[in-house]
Amino acid sequence: MTTITDPHQGQFRLSMLLYDSRYRSMTIQIVALIGFLMLLGWLLSNTAQNLADLGKEPSFRFMFEPAGYDINQRLLEYDSQDTHLRASLMGLLNTLLVAVLGCIAATIIGVVIGVLRLSPNWIISRLSAVYVEGFRNVPVLLWIVFIMAILIETLPQPRAFRSGDATMSFWESVAVTNRGVYIPEPLFSRSLGDVHVFGASSLRFDVSLDLLALLAVLIAGILTSVLIKRRADATQEATGVRPRTWHWRLGVVVVPFLVVMGILGFYLGYPELKGFNFRGGTHLRNSLIALWLALSLYTGAFIAEIVRAGILAVSKGQTEAAGALGLRPNRTMSLVILPQALRVIIPPLISNYLNLTKNSSLAIAVGYMDITGTLGGITMNQTGRELETVLLLMLVYLAISLTISAVMNWYNESVKLKER
Amino acid sequence: MKKSVFLGALTVASIAAGASAAATLDDVKARGKLNCGVTTGLVGFAAPDANGKWEGFDVGVCRAVAAAVLGDANAVEFVPTTGKTRFTALASGEVDMLARNTTWTLSRDVDLKFDFVGVNYYDGQGFLVSKEMGVSSAKDLDGATVCIQTGTTTELNLADFFRANNISYEPVPIETNAEGQQQYLAGACDTYTTDASGLAATRATFEDPSAHVVLPEIISKEPLGPLVRHGDNEWGDIVRWTLNALISAEELGITSTNIGELSAAPGDNPEINRMLGTEGNLGEMLGLDADWAKRAIMAGGNYGELFAKNIGESTPIALARGLNAQWKDGGLIYSPPFR
Ligand SMILES: N[C@@H](CCC(=O)N[C@@H](CS)C(=O)NCC(=O)O)C(=O)O
Repeated sequence: MTTITDPHQGQFRLSMLLYDSRYRSMTIQIVALIGFLMLLGWLLSNTAQNLADLGKEPSFRFMFEPAGYDINQRLLEYDSQDTHLRASLMGLLNTLLVAVLGCIAATIIGVVIGVLRLSPNWIISRLSAVYVEGFRNVPVLLWIVFIMAILIETLPQPRAFRSGDATMSFWESVAVTNRGVYIPEPLFSRSLGDVHVFGASSLRFDVSLDLLALLAVLIAGILTSVLIKRRADATQEATGVRPRTWHWRLGVVVVPFLVVMGILGFYLGYPELKGFNFRGGTHLRNSLIALWLALSLYTGAFIAEIVRAGILAVSKGQTEAAGALGLRPNRTMSLVILPQALRVIIPPLISNYLNLTKNSSLAIAVGYMDITGTLGGITMNQTGRELETVLLLMLVYLAISLTISAVMNWYNESVKLKER
Repeated sequence: MKKSVFLGALTVASIAAGASAAATLDDVKARGKLNCGVTTGLVGFAAPDANGKWEGFDVGVCRAVAAAVLGDANAVEFVPTTGKTRFTALASGEVDMLARNTTWTLSRDVDLKFDFVGVNYYDGQGFLVSKEMGVSSAKDLDGATVCIQTGTTTELNLADFFRANNISYEPVPIETNAEGQQQYLAGACDTYTTDASGLAATRATFEDPSAHVVLPEIISKEPLGPLVRHGDNEWGDIVRWTLNALISAEELGITSTNIGELSAAPGDNPEINRMLGTEGNLGEMLGLDADWAKRAIMAGGNYGELFAKNIGESTPIALARGLNAQWKDGGLIYSPPFR
């Protein structure tokens, strides 16, 4: 008769670290960790030693010295006497601007093209395929430079508007030049002014009270509109008849908004040719346009494929069932297929947003002053602080990417299949 | 990833790996080649010719150093750098010296830890505009769009100039001279600003140079000269005295044609004798041989010859000697004595 005994508890021998499968993986991991730490320590001490030899002590004080250079596109007020920190902030905002614009445009392009590529219409689906392959297979840097070259070489100079060789479009309100597009800007003749935040520090910014007022009215309007809808739902539930409310729901949003606009004295400032350039209006520089277009067309091609894959992942039975219920094809798409496809689409979409944001660092190729162009470009060059600026730059991109991931993951949680 | 981040990372990496070996001279000798940082292409100063051979005024300095140190004026690896990448390239040890229209400033000398060995061209910042614009002074440029190379003293002077005159401008940052030229010619900027010599060199390559003028205002001092890393004084001395040898040679009348004769035997001018190694041991003091200066001068001629051949009045760039004449002729070019 056999008895089951505990595994032999023999005494521990050193060779077991290598030959005993219970310990081997531990041993390997510890050895690798020690090796890694030694490499890291060597790199750090060597860097410190060499910087000391060069007489460059790592220090971030330069960030508080005046930058000395100007930045053309600044979303906040800035001049050359401001600090490198503020110059970097301008760059960061420019990075975020092009990233946000790019992600929005890329998503729209991607969804439209992805759906069109599945179209039964041969020409449309082929054209979409040509777009996708064309943009996916050419480096995005080339697209950025190419679009910029087209803008610079083919559009008229501001001077041409004076001699009449070129004219403004949209009832004299938009000027398309080889230095960018000038569009009307919203202005308020009875403006409430701005609130200044953070005093005179490098992180100071202004908040427009006009904008706050308009936002508040808009949000209040939308909330009221939701309330009206709830009431209508309740009435329908109780009586079976849905009261006609769309004009009320539209009214509570639009009317107060227009009234406040009127009180603030809203008007449009048109661009006007004065001296060398157009003045007034909002100037969309061609560096921004080229970068934005190229990034969104390029990333849009990838998103199109993701959308197509997501749609194909929804079982054909769903389409047939929707058809059997009498839904028209476009309603089937928007009500049945896309909501389910979203679950497959979101995770790879996140990584494309991240790619777009990181690719925006190619901006300097067209002279767009993003954070790589300011902090990692001019500031690095003028101060000679390579180590510090590159570290800061990596931290900034890391922070942006992690934020995008966090937001998108949260969104993904909310659309993913709820298991009950 | 963007180029400058990449370069920055590269610097960090190479700083980490230990680039700042003190003895540049030994490195150059062991390598058998001088790594010289130059522009990405500015005709007259540094640009490859039709056969891919680098030519120009700054290139001449690199070749003279290579000839003095290695005995071969062609033993140079030219490394094109932009305004932005040049200092990273030098600090990280990718190049042994820079000869790239670089302005000597306090912060570059002291804070960026470089050593300027002298000045080979006294310059100042100017503005290039097309004649049909009808601008006659830089102060008329209120509201203009200005193309500037990033990472230069140019962009800092520009900000100061417009601020001081209380006028506005729209900067268009560019990376290289070629890009600046393209944008300027397409009318994407009203004016291109950089060192006046660079403007003359750029204009010389236009289809119709006479349609463009350099405005009379020179808004800054731009002493351009070769530089090396701070901390290796022996190497700095070699580059400094090679440049001085070229300058002194012009002053003393040593040219690439008569140098063979002058160096064959000691003549009656002791300074020429000391410089060309027929007398004394100046070469030895520098850690070189006796013929070092002779080879440096033979590489492309003396300072005046280099000037005349590359950027002088008989070339399309047509720069007058002006401030860059020898001190005896009323200019600023002056070398300390060889003794
Ligand atoms: N001297 C200034 C400007 C130097 C500079 O960038 N010069 C231009 C034009 S003179 C140049 O060399 N460009 C050549 C290139 O793009 O590589 C400085 O040192 O910051």
